[in-house]
Order: sequence, then C-alpha cells, then structure tokens
Amino acid sequence: MDSFRKLPADSDPTKLWVGQSIARVEDPALLTGRGHFIDDLGTRPDTLHAAILRSPHPHADVVGIDTVAARGANGVAAVLTGDDVKALTSSLVVGVKASVECWPIAVGRVRYVGEPVAVVVASDRYLAEDAVDLIDVQYRVRPSVVDPLLALAPDAPILHNGFSGNVASDRTFRYGDPERAFAEAARRIAIDIRYPRNSCTPIETYGVVAEYDAAESAFDILANFQGPFSIHAVISRALKVPGNRLRLRTPPDSGGSFGVKQGVFPYIVLISAASRLAGRPVKWIEDRLEHLTGSVSATNRVTTLAGAVAADGRIMALDWDQVEDCGAHLRAPEPATLYRMHGNLTGAYDIRHLSVRNRVVVTNKTPTGLNRGFGGPQLYFALERLVHRIAVELDLDPLDVIKRNLISSAAFPYRTASGALLDSGNYPEAVARAVEQGGLEELKNRRDTARAKGNLYGIGYAAVVEPSVSNMGYITTVLTAAERSRAGPKNGAQATATVALDPVGCVTVHVASVPQGQGHRTVLSQVVADVFGIAPTDVRVNTELDTAKDAWSIASGNYASRFAPAVAGTVKLAAERLAARLSRVAASQLNTDPDDLVFVGGVVRSKRNPDNRLAFARLAALGHWSPGSLPEDVGQTLRETVFWTPPQLTAPDEQDRVNSSLCHGFIFDFCGVEIDRTTLTTRIDRYVTMHDCGTILHPAMVDGQIRGGFAQALGAALYEEYAYAPDGSFLTGTFADYLLPTAVELPDPIILHIQTPSPFTHLGSKGVGEGNCMSTPVCIANAVADALGAMHVELPLAPARFSEMIRGTEIAAPGNSSASAAKTGRADRRLRGEGSASVSAAPDKVWAMLLNPATLKAAIPGCRHVERIDDSRFRADVTIGIGPVKGRYRAEVTLSEPDPPRAVTIGGRAEGALGFGEGEGRITLAPNDRGGTTVRYVYDAAIGGKIATIGGRLLDGAARVVVGEFFAGLARHAGGSARPSHRPPARLIARIWSLFGTPR
Amino acid sequence: MKPAPFDYVRAETIDEALATLANEGGEARIIAGGQSLMAMLNMRLAKPKTVVDIMRLKNLDRIEEKAGVVVVGAAVRQASLMGWPALPERLPLIALALPWTGHVQTRSRGTICGSIAHADPSAEMPLALIALGGEVHLRSARSRRRIAARDFFTGMMTTERADDELIEAVSFPVTPGRHCAFREVARRHGDFAIVACAAVATRDGVRLAVGGVADAPVARDWPRLDGSALDDALNAFAYDLDARDDIHATARYRRDLVRLIGRDLVREVCL
Amino acid sequence: MTRLPSDRRHPVCFRLNGRPVHGEAEPRLLATDFLRQNIGATGVHVGCEHGVCGACTITVDGMLTRACLTLAVQIDGCDVRTIEGLAPSADRLGTLQSAFRRHHALQCGFCTPGILMSLDHFLRQRASPNRAEIRELLSGHLCRCTGYTPIVEAALEVAADIAAECKSEKGEASDA
Repeated sequence: MDSFRKLPADSDPTKLWVGQSIARVEDPALLTGRGHFIDDLGTRPDTLHAAILRSPHPHADVVGIDTVAARGANGVAAVLTGDDVKALTSSLVVGVKASVECWPIAVGRVRYVGEPVAVVVASDRYLAEDAVDLIDVQYRVRPSVVDPLLALAPDAPILHNGFSGNVASDRTFRYGDPERAFAEAARRIAIDIRYPRNSCTPIETYGVVAEYDAAESAFDILANFQGPFSIHAVISRALKVPGNRLRLRTPPDSGGSFGVKQGVFPYIVLISAASRLAGRPVKWIEDRLEHLTGSVSATNRVTTLAGAVAADGRIMALDWDQVEDCGAHLRAPEPATLYRMHGNLTGAYDIRHLSVRNRVVVTNKTPTGLNRGFGGPQLYFALERLVHRIAVELDLDPLDVIKRNLISSAAFPYRTASGALLDSGNYPEAVARAVEQGGLEELKNRRDTARAKGNLYGIGYAAVVEPSVSNMGYITTVLTAAERSRAGPKNGAQATATVALDPVGCVTVHVASVPQGQGHRTVLSQVVADVFGIAPTDVRVNTELDTAKDAWSIASGNYASRFAPAVAGTVKLAAERLAARLSRVAASQLNTDPDDLVFVGGVVRSKRNPDNRLAFARLAALGHWSPGSLPEDVGQTLRETVFWTPPQLTAPDEQDRVNSSLCHGFIFDFCGVEIDRTTLTTRIDRYVTMHDCGTILHPAMVDGQIRGGFAQALGAALYEEYAYAPDGSFLTGTFADYLLPTAVELPDPIILHIQTPSPFTHLGSKGVGEGNCMSTPVCIANAVADALGAMHVELPLAPARFSEMIRGTEIAAPGNSSASAAKTGRADRRLRGEGSASVSAAPDKVWAMLLNPATLKAAIPGCRHVERIDDSRFRADVTIGIGPVKGRYRAEVTLSEPDPPRAVTIGGRAEGALGFGEGEGRITLAPNDRGGTTVRYVYDAAIGGKIATIGGRLLDGAARVVVGEFFAGLARHAGGSARPSHRPPARLIARIWSLFGTPR
Repeated sequence: MKPAPFDYVRAETIDEALATLANEGGEARIIAGGQSLMAMLNMRLAKPKTVVDIMRLKNLDRIEEKAGVVVVGAAVRQASLMGWPALPERLPLIALALPWTGHVQTRSRGTICGSIAHADPSAEMPLALIALGGEVHLRSARSRRRIAARDFFTGMMTTERADDELIEAVSFPVTPGRHCAFREVARRHGDFAIVACAAVATRDGVRLAVGGVADAPVARDWPRLDGSALDDALNAFAYDLDARDDIHATARYRRDLVRLIGRDLVREVCL
Repeated sequence: MTRLPSDRRHPVCFRLNGRPVHGEAEPRLLATDFLRQNIGATGVHVGCEHGVCGACTITVDGMLTRACLTLAVQIDGCDVRTIEGLAPSADRLGTLQSAFRRHHALQCGFCTPGILMSLDHFLRQRASPNRAEIRELLSGHLCRCTGYTPIVEAALEVAADIAAECKSEKGEASDA
C-alpha cells in the first residue's frame, strides 16, 4: 500500500501537509513505553484503591449484605453498598420518560450478571479484593429473561416497574406512503434477522481516579472517558453538584475506546461516591473480567424487514420492525444505538416510503452503550441481507439490485425519507471503480472454478452509507413531537478548537477531541502548518481535556467519527481567523495589502515582492511584546478559540424527520469466501472495500482506521459474541472464550478510495472510523449465504452452526450404544448426567446413610458441617474442588418423593464465592447379588456465577466430577468400590478392545 | 484479578518440594511454568496456601532417552522440548503437536509436565501422552510410582496424582519409523482444541486418540481398518466419547470431526 | 529451601535492561504490578491478567514471558528486559521501533510494547522469517486498532534489513 510516504528533506515548501502521511508525533513515546495512560500517572500519596463485588445472578433481590468482616479486614478504609451510594447520589438519567431509576450499583435488586453490588476501598487492590471475598450477600433469585422477544411476552419476568412490561419505548414512524407502495408493489419480500451482542474491548480497560473536596463540595476526577461531554451533565446531576463543581479531566493517552469508554461514566459516579464516603482520593482500574461482564456491550437486535419490490428489483418502500435489546438498564445515551441511524434507514438507496416500528426492551444482560458502528452494524445487517434475498427471490444478480437502487450522483445533497441530508457522494462511480480495481470478474471466475470442484464458495456484497458527526438532537427522535416541544430543543454538534501563539512565536493548539490512538495531534499539526506556512513540527497540539480550564461543549469528545470532519475543520477555522489578523499586522509592517501576502516556508511575504518578508515567528510574537504597535482594529493576535456547529444539524421536525448526522461517507464491499467441508470454517478468499470519506487528511491513518474497523468487524462476523445462557448466566467472561481475531485469522483487505469532498465541513473531510463495522459483517454473511444457498445466516459464523445445513441429519449411533444424538444438542444448557456406584452395604443401610447428617458429613469429601433442618431438609457447608479449583459453598439440600429404601429425589442449591448451582437428582437403590447396593442416579443441574462465566466450557465435566465425588465418598464410607462409574467409561472399553482388538 | 495470599517456597532440592507437599497436602500447589496455574490464581479460582516453585531444580530440567523411552523432567519447558534436536526423529507425534500448544509466548515458559498435571481435556500434551502410551512418574516423600497415561487421567482436570505427590517426569515410548499423524481443530490458532486427534501406528494396527471431546483424552486401539469397518469403528468411538455442546461447538460437530479427521489420520498412518 | 511468608514483603534483586535494580514484594505480587509500580517500568502494560492479550510481554533470562503470569519473587536474580530497554537511547528509536513508525504499525499504542518485545526476541533468533511465521508469532498478541498488517510489514522490513546486513558482513568476512 503506497500510503506510507516519506518526505524528502528538501520538500517543496508550497506543498500542502494535509494529504500526506507524515510520521506521527505520538509514536516515539508510545514505541518506547513512555505513554501516559491513566494507570501510568502518579496519584496523591493518600489514594485508596477500589475493588467491586459484582452480582453472580442475572436477576435477584438483594435480601441482605453483610459487610462487617470486610470492613474490619486489613487495609480497608470503607465499604459501600447500594444504600450508601443512593444516599450520596441521584439516579442516573434514563433515556426515555419513565419513572425508572438507574444507579451505578444495585439498589435492592440485581438485574444482570456483573452488576456492582458493593465497593471496597483499601490501601491497595490486592487487599481490596481480599475484603470483597469477605462480603456475604443474600440473594433471593428471580426468574430472568435474556431474549428480547421473550422479554415481550406477557408472562416475562419484569425488570422495572416503571416501564410497560419490559418495553421502555415503542414508537412508530411513517414517511411517504408506505401502505400504497406495498399495495402496488409486484412483490413483498421480507427477512427476519437477529444481530448478536459483541463489543470492541479495547486492550486498555476503564480507569477512574476521583477525589472529593469536602471544603468546596467539589469533585476532581481523572478518567479515560471519551465523550460526548453531554455526560458531564449526567455525572454532575448524579453527584448532586453544580456543573462547575465537577472537574473532569482526561489523561494524555488512552488505550483504545471505540465507543466503549463512554460507558465509564457510571463508574465515575460510583468511584466518586466512594471517594466522598472515604474522605480520600480513590483509584479504580477495571480488570478484564469486569470489563467483559460489566462495562458496555453493543445492542443485540431482532429485526423483521420487508421491502416492497418491483419485478426489476427496485425497492419502493421499506417496513422496519426493530426490537432493540438495551440490557438491564436504559442507561444514557440509550436508546441512541437505535436512533443514531434514524436518518439512514434507507441506506444508500433512493427509497421514499418508509414505515418503522422501534421497540426498546430491557433484559437481564449488561446495559448497552456506544460501540464502533453504533447502530450501523445492526441496521445494515438487515438491509443488505434483504437486498441479497431480493436478488435470490427474483433471480437477479445482487450487484444489479444494489446498482438499480443506489442514489444517483446528481441527487446530492440528498434528503432521505427520514430526514438525513446526505452531503455528497458518487455511489455508482464508487461501485464501478471497486468492481474494476478489486477484480470482481476475476473473483467470479475463482468462484466458478471452486464450485466446479465441489467446493462451497460464495460472493457477497454490501453497500453502506456511513454517517459521521452526530446531531446531538437525534436522540430526541425517540420522543414524540409533543414531548420534544415540552423538553426544549436539542440539536447541533459543537466542536471547539483553540490556536495560540507564544512569546517566541511558536504555535500551540488545543482541542477537546480526546483521542485514543487516532493521531489527532499529528493531523492537526498538518492542518495548522498549512495555514501558517510552517512545518508540522513547529505546531504542538494538546488533546488533554480539563473541563475546569478548557473550552468544551456537550459535543466534545471522540465518537461518531467526528474528528476529521468537525474537529479538524474547526481547528482550520481558528488558525485562519488568527492568520487573517496576523495578515493585517504584517501588511502594515510590510507596507502592503493583506491580499498581497502569503504564509509559506516559515515567513509571511509579499507575492509581488518576495523579498519583502517577515519571519512568521517574529510576526506571531508581536502580539505579546508589542501589542501597541498593532493596527487598532485588529484586536489581539495571541489566541483564537472557535466554537463551530454546522447549521445542517437541526432538531427533529414535527414529522419526526431528523438529520441525524452531518456527513455521510460511502462504502462498497465485496468478498469471496470458501467454507471448508471438514472443519466448516469460513475462509475469506478476498475482501475488497471501497471507501469515500471525503477529503483524506492523512492517507496512512485513514487506511489504519479502515484496517482496524475491518478487524473488529471480522471478529463480529466470525468469532465474537457476548453469550448468555437462557438462564441469564454470562458465558464469555475471559479472552479465552470471547474470541478476538489474531494476526493469523485476519486476512488483508484490499482498500480502495474515492473522494467526494463534503460541502458541509471546512476541510471537506468526513468520518471514516466506523464504516467496516457496518459493512463487513453483512458482506461476509451474504457471501456465506451465497456459498450455502442459505436463507438464514446468523452471526457469529461459528463452524458448528453449519453442521445440519451442510451435512443433513447425523449418522445414528450404533445400535448397542447407550449414547444417542437426542441426548445432546440441548438448547437450555442445563447439565444432565447419570451414573452408578457400587456400595457394599444393603439398601436399607444406604438409605439410612442418606438421611443421617453425621454419616453424610463423614462421607462427603470436603464437607465441614451438615445440619438437619427437618426430616427432609439439610444445610451443609461444603468445599468442592475440581483439580486446582476449590471453593466453599453453602448448600441446602431437600429430599422429596421418598420411596424407602428404593428411591428418593434430592434437590439442592449451593452458593459460594465461585458461583452457585441448583439441581435435582433421582437416586435409586437396588440390591446387588453380593449383599450390597447398586446406587443409580440421574441428575439435572444448572451452574452459574463466576465459574460459569470463566469456565463455561468445563462446566459439564465439573458437574460430573462433583456428583461423582459425592457418590465416591458415600461408597468409600460404606466400604464399597472406591470409584463409581459414570456409565461404562470409554477407557474401560478401550482396554477391552485392545485386548480383543475388535471394534463394535 | 489479584491472587489471594500464599506463601512462596522456592525449592532447591526435590526433597524440599516433597516435604512441603507432604506437610500441606491439598493446600500446597506446585508451580512450574505457571501458564495454567497463574491464570487460576489471578482469577481466584484456586487459593492454595502455599505455592512451591520447582523451576530451580536442575535435575528436573532434563530430556533423556534411555531404554526405549524419552524421559522429560518436570522443569522442561515446552519450547525446550520443541527445540530438542532429536524430537522429530524420536517423538515425531510430539513434534507435530507442540506447535499447536498455546503460543510461542506461552511455550517459552510453560512445561510439558505442567500441562499434563493440569489435565485440561482439550490440551495437546495429555493427548500425546495417551496416544503414545506414555507414563507419568509420580513421587512423594515416601515413594515413587509410575502410572500409565490411560490410568492417570480420571476425569475433567482430575488425575491420579495424590495431594502429596508431584510429577517428577513423564516418559514417552520411542517408536522410530512408526507413522504418526496429528490434527487439531480450534476456533483460532493456539486456542483450546475443539477436537484434536492423534494417530499412531502400532505393532498390530493403529491407535487413535481424541482430545477435546470427553473429560480427558481417550484412545482406541484397532487393527488395520478401512472402508465401512473403519467408519463403523469411528462412529462408535465418536458417540462413546459422550460429546457435549458448549459455546464454541456442538456435540454433533465434534462427532463429525472425530469421524472425518479420525478417518484421515488412520488412513494416513496405515499407508 | 526458601520460604517467603505471605504476609511480608521480600527483597527482589534483578537486572532490568542491563542495570541492577531492587524492590520488595509479597509473594502474591504479580510481576506486572511490581515492575510498574515498585520499579516504575510503566511500559509493561496490563490488558487481561490471564495471559491471553500479550500486552505485558517481557523477556526474563532470554525467555519471552507474560509478566501477568509471573510472580515478582520469581524474577529475583534474573535478567529482565522490558520495552524501556529497546531503544538505543532516550531520544532515539531502535530499528524495529522506527520501522513501526514508518509503517503506521501502532495507533493507541497499548498493545505495542508487548508486540515489540516478541518481535525483537524473534528477529534476533530467526533469519529470514516469512510472513506466516511472523503472523504466527503475533497470534500471541491482541490488537484492536491496527488489523495487524502494518505490524507484519514493519517486521518483514526489519527482517530483510537484518538479512541484508548479515549477507554483507559475510561478504566482508570472506573478502578479508
């Protein structure tokens, strides 16, 4: 890729810096391990460290929290529970009008696995975690719901009384005349899709350092928060301080965010409350287990999308039915994921008729928030799958269907049916160039060759309009017009920039852009260098934000890919305004007109007479040293701060039309995939992505953004899912189970560019960071659908999911095998098993043992204490170990359906630091021919909590070990065989076979 | 994710390590490469009172061939065995399996015996030990004993090792000239195996060992089979492994892989 | 036998990037926390604390090591190298680091120190690695920003430079 251009030493001084891939100023520090990430910065000597106890249950009442032992533990300064936090703070703002509260910690009830339940603050993190282990919480478990459609059912468990059932919002929208379009259309073609949960998981986690100044009733907080700073108001309101008593600062470096670090704000409130209670600064660095369970996730969504389609594939209308799952709390800014794309519901297509139903539901899962793509992945998965389906149904080439519907190049600026104003674009040209430069014809030949060999090969397409620079008012589309007029207008997207000159004539720039690796400091130095005719190395840019001292607005921050279009343009404006004033000063010094002057090569000189010149540095310093010599009406030339808000970002109108974003880029992707017939893995044979992001400021960085977005999108397509069991247990709690693609899994995309500058931004640039998150998952899904001739394709494309589709019904088990296919493939994830043990005591003796606490205690390994509550109930304190994993559990066991001495049902619940379990088993005792007993058991269990989150893959086997140990202990105690058998073990068979050498 | 407190013992002789185990029973754990144990300590899944580091014990750091077996000491790192010049010739199956074990950065510290002691059902070294019919050399303060691989793994991450024993070494029979084959299917390179298969030609036929499906790796010995007899044997084996669904793969998918990959490997080895 | 009780700090003396350093650690203190907070080597980053992401990768006695899976007390007496020792001096970048900069092989920089340590170690031992071998080495690291390709390109460029240098040195040696 020839984007990496080096600058020759004697470069042309009139050549612009913008558009070149100069070396990044951020790199030397980062490459030598001298970054300033939040955990690298020193803290005050009296700073305490926080650890958080989190809920193992998806839904439960908190009956009691015993913190006595924790509070007395070594090094502990304070322990907070929900009641403490509630006393110090107000509820977080909820995105819709409902009498629902949202706290950063559970108050009386937990609603998702990972929800904070208590906070320990101690002299170091190790001691804090020790104390967390000493907190004893009593839960009363409630039924839970994790599927959004099940959450809509009338008998679903209800999470919040203030919503209508579990529906936080139900809005319909109508644009044009969709009913007529559907009535007149040749076909109605619809699809149902489910988009899974995933998250961008930056490698650096959340960090907060909070300090409360009791004397001034003010908070000083350092956090790797990424914006938008509208959240500042949410935080100050929650902490019950006026805005000017909440100082929020960001560290110089942030290790990636991708939207996720917007979601640190509840923890800002929580840790600030802890600081206030403890009377000392408190620091919290999130660990990875916490991050996967309790930070944010993108929404999962269920969508039915129908198109009114003409015979030639023209789409006349769309009918959207979206059910958006925002997790357990509707936390700000949700339901923004749904409404961010509201203006783009017709994608890249010229469709004038639209009907929409948007329902937002809550479920017992982690609350959702910003994630790269933010609503785009979910929307385009439906839209582009529909386009593919239309092609299949009408027997057309999918690319033809796309081309037939694309907005024409003459139509820009184009107002979509739902209100977005698409600034510029040439979609057909972009597609044509991609097809040619990306080699689509050749790819089709590859497909045909592969298929001729009997291989599973497919080609997929996606056309996507990528919005950037969000309209801060788009979220109010969720309200009705009447509600909006009561609430007051919300619109715009203010960017701020300050350009300043110092006494020796050097330039500094400050922006409220909070980068997390996007090279803002470098790009802005290029922009300003071009204006002043100096080198980028002469411009120093600071991107740290301090709300107490810097210029900022609610729109400040780095999200919605706003840097290039909004922030960079604002910087240029500020520099230009300053340059204009400097021009007038120079003109008077050089005795010419400002129009005659040019800033180039470090000087300001006359065009007519190049020798008539002034060094830029000297001119710049004049404002400091000799303000009196400046012309009277010029004003100061020391600094310029600009607040820029684009006029196109107006509030939603009375018809619910909203220009949800300022700029719209275009992406057209196509790819070829092959599915291996043995492993069923999907291999990307070629991936071509064409981007129009307007004016390119730094080619290498733009390609970097595309590669990074593509990588995360490939993860979403093939590997990543935040998986929950139907009972609400969270199953992907470590990086061993939440699978990020590595260098081996990631193919190299072919990246192509076309540039149609935006007329709405000062530099003509648009955002580029999120596009592939919107296009790549559905492009790959379409290719897989093409390869398999499949109607339904679900992400992630785990190979096992293709078994039935590709191979049909499985070969049956051999006739004399006790195993069967039916036993497996359980959707409910309950653990089931059976086995038997041989005990050398008669059945009635064994029966007596089962009912005798003393015998049970002696028989069960690790049992410390068994107490009989009544004839059929026992309480036990047991230590259960599987390999190195050992935990102590409080268990309650109930005997029921007794049929002495033949059979009994044992039911139990166990709870401990590592998790909880519940199950039921039927035990039958039958006399054997040696005067002893054959004990048979069948059990059905579920395990949740930490051990399920971390070791989900091993749970089945773990349960077998635990149950096996119980019967082994029983047998040993009664003098029977030391080891029970769980059905004839495979190794026993192997031994027999190896003796006889015969297969079955 | 910080470990709970523990005493750290740096053993300078093996007797010191064994004495600690004898005194502390199940409350002490050996740390060798730490690649499995440390993650468990950090997550507080395991909270031993004492951790005994054996990596300074020089005499455990040996790879020796004697009497037809290769003995790999407890302190031998996976990278060391992988770099042993005689490996491809003396233990070709292990040469095939080691590149699939974790990553360069974990093999540089992780040990062969540590992986076997940890007994993860998807791990490659326990599978190789079963496939080759190796032995585990256990030692306590009182005694030494050797257990055949097939008797050592008793269940999910559960082995015959008593609390006061450590694995002093493992031994793999040398079978020069015998064909062997290995194949692993995982979601990503270096991940836990969804299904891993190892096939070794035996005197009378072939042994096929499968990991990642049952609670521990399992091996079958067959005469030289082909055609429908092989398919039937593989099918029966696949079902007998009692595969389960988990978040990464279904039971059916695993059975399919046993049948398909098993057949490829058996054929390859029987040629 | 050395037994370090859990409730006390114990001296840990080792060489860090060629210089002797010492600190104190309880047995359970992770090498990541020890190096970062007690010694001040904040270039060792913490991304997961279970050995998967690779951000904490250092070398100990010449072995690539996940510092999050290592106890501070285990590096006593060892030769430890971290990212801070990779550059020839405070104001210059090493060959690999310069290549990273040229190829835009980092964005947020959080995973970068670990990756540089892996590559530096690997390229010292491996002549002319191919693309697949480099990708395999990198598979022990997680990056969310770059998509890995620029990292591979930077590594290949450095490998080619090393190979060219070796060739010319051999040429000079045979001329001599």
